[in-house]
Amino acid sequence: MIETIPLPATDYPPDAPFWSAALRSQLSIQQCAYCQRLRFPPRPMCPHCQSVEHAWVALSGRAKVWSFTMPQPPLLPIFEKMLPYVVVLAEIVEDPSIRIIGNLVSETYESITNVDITNLKIGADLRVRFRSCAIDVALPCWILSEEL
Amino acid sequence: MFKDSTAIVGIGQTQFAKLLPQTELELACTAIKIALEDAGIHPSEVDALGSYTFEHTPDYEVARNLGFGELHFFSQSPHGGGAGCGAIGQVALAIGAGVAQVGVVWRSRKRSERSSRVWAGVQARIDDHWKYSRPSGLVRPVDEVAILMRRYMYEFNVTREQLGAVALAQREYAHRNPVAFMQSRTLTMEQYINARMISDPLCLFDNCLETDGAAAVIIVNRERARSLRHLPAFIHAFSQGMSREHQVMADFHGANPLLSSSYVTAANLWRQADCGPNDVDVAQIYDAFSPLVLFSLEAYGLCPCGTAAQFVHDGGTRIDGRLPVNTSGGSLSEVYLHGMNLITEAVRQIRGTSTAQVSEVEFSFVSTCDSTPNGALLLRRA
Repeated sequence: MIETIPLPATDYPPDAPFWSAALRSQLSIQQCAYCQRLRFPPRPMCPHCQSVEHAWVALSGRAKVWSFTMPQPPLLPIFEKMLPYVVVLAEIVEDPSIRIIGNLVSETYESITNVDITNLKIGADLRVRFRSCAIDVALPCWILSEEL
Repeated sequence: MFKDSTAIVGIGQTQFAKLLPQTELELACTAIKIALEDAGIHPSEVDALGSYTFEHTPDYEVARNLGFGELHFFSQSPHGGGAGCGAIGQVALAIGAGVAQVGVVWRSRKRSERSSRVWAGVQARIDDHWKYSRPSGLVRPVDEVAILMRRYMYEFNVTREQLGAVALAQREYAHRNPVAFMQSRTLTMEQYINARMISDPLCLFDNCLETDGAAAVIIVNRERARSLRHLPAFIHAFSQGMSREHQVMADFHGANPLLSSSYVTAANLWRQADCGPNDVDVAQIYDAFSPLVLFSLEAYGLCPCGTAAQFVHDGGTRIDGRLPVNTSGGSLSEVYLHGMNLITEAVRQIRGTSTAQVSEVEFSFVSTCDSTPNGALLLRRA
């Protein structure tokens, strides 16, 4: 079993721009150049119009809680050390059919452990943050936001 | 016409236990040998094989141990717990079309050692779609199902007590089944509510067993089936299903992630069948995690949307309920074999030999994993 956080491969051409944008603290997803639909996770072809032409567009980073869970042991050793933590599935405001996973973090977001969950509920407003995990990886994560 | 043109005529299984001494290959061969004896068919007649892509026992090893004849068809069905009905359906299609004569489908698995947990083998860098969820500590299938279940509880006002009724109902069936791993272990609602969480809102008893064992079935065409010793379980309808823009397990996108691939399988299954969901007499529903039972009950039209939890809590899936479900104890209380034990139990319900036998079964339904690409079979007596 690995002792580290499993991280994304960031050198795969169809989604490398997502990860490089994340390093700049930007949530960026594909928009089809032909039909203008947003799509996520990144992939080479638009399933609506079969176009491979696309742009990368920056999102506002605003979202709402669609659901969440709090994993408990048995877990990978690195995640057992981080307990308790919350994993949020967030629907983005630009297109609620696009949902992005991230840990709940606090405003200072140094750790995913022991974050205050008093105001955590389905439908709660979120803002994206990015947590540096490796030289090439910043993971999107979410803070609860009082006002949008 | 595929409908009723093939049948399951033999079933076999090994002991279900933790840490069995035999290899997966020996377990596979033993279960298949028992299934062939049950059917009354000599191994040399077998010419078609089907298994899961997750299966570790190679088709040629199984064939050269059991002394099968010259093989004409061998296939594998993908997506773990979603594979079982697909593996059977594909072999049945080959036999129904006359490509082969006698088919074997098996699943052998030693899943009781902690090192055999698939999620524990995750690599330091992830290059498939799971790169968007596992780095956040959403690593195990139970975490992915927990995300869906919390949303389901929110949308339909479902309580943990209602969900717990799934595990309790299946434990009652296990008490009647002498080979069920949990045959003698009682489970109360108090134990369920106080159990440790595995991925909130899912607790220990919402998870399938970690066990070893193997099971197999034998498939022949209609004419041959009528000449054999057991009442045939005719394959009345079969479909696989994969929803649009599906992502295995972490299928969190689209208008409504609660509309799983089961809805796709269901529509194509009922399109082919001479009956509808209300005609199902008994159902085996894939249950690696108890929420999958609720999701599938609704997807296959066996319960109206949003009512499955109340239905189970009201006793609807118990032996005296409207629709008995997972009557051997299922993956939660009999054995976890990626759903293969659900298929053998669906056949026993047709034969009239279940330890929780439903009376006058004509249609026996069996499904596979709700949260992967999947499949289902509708078996029919006579």
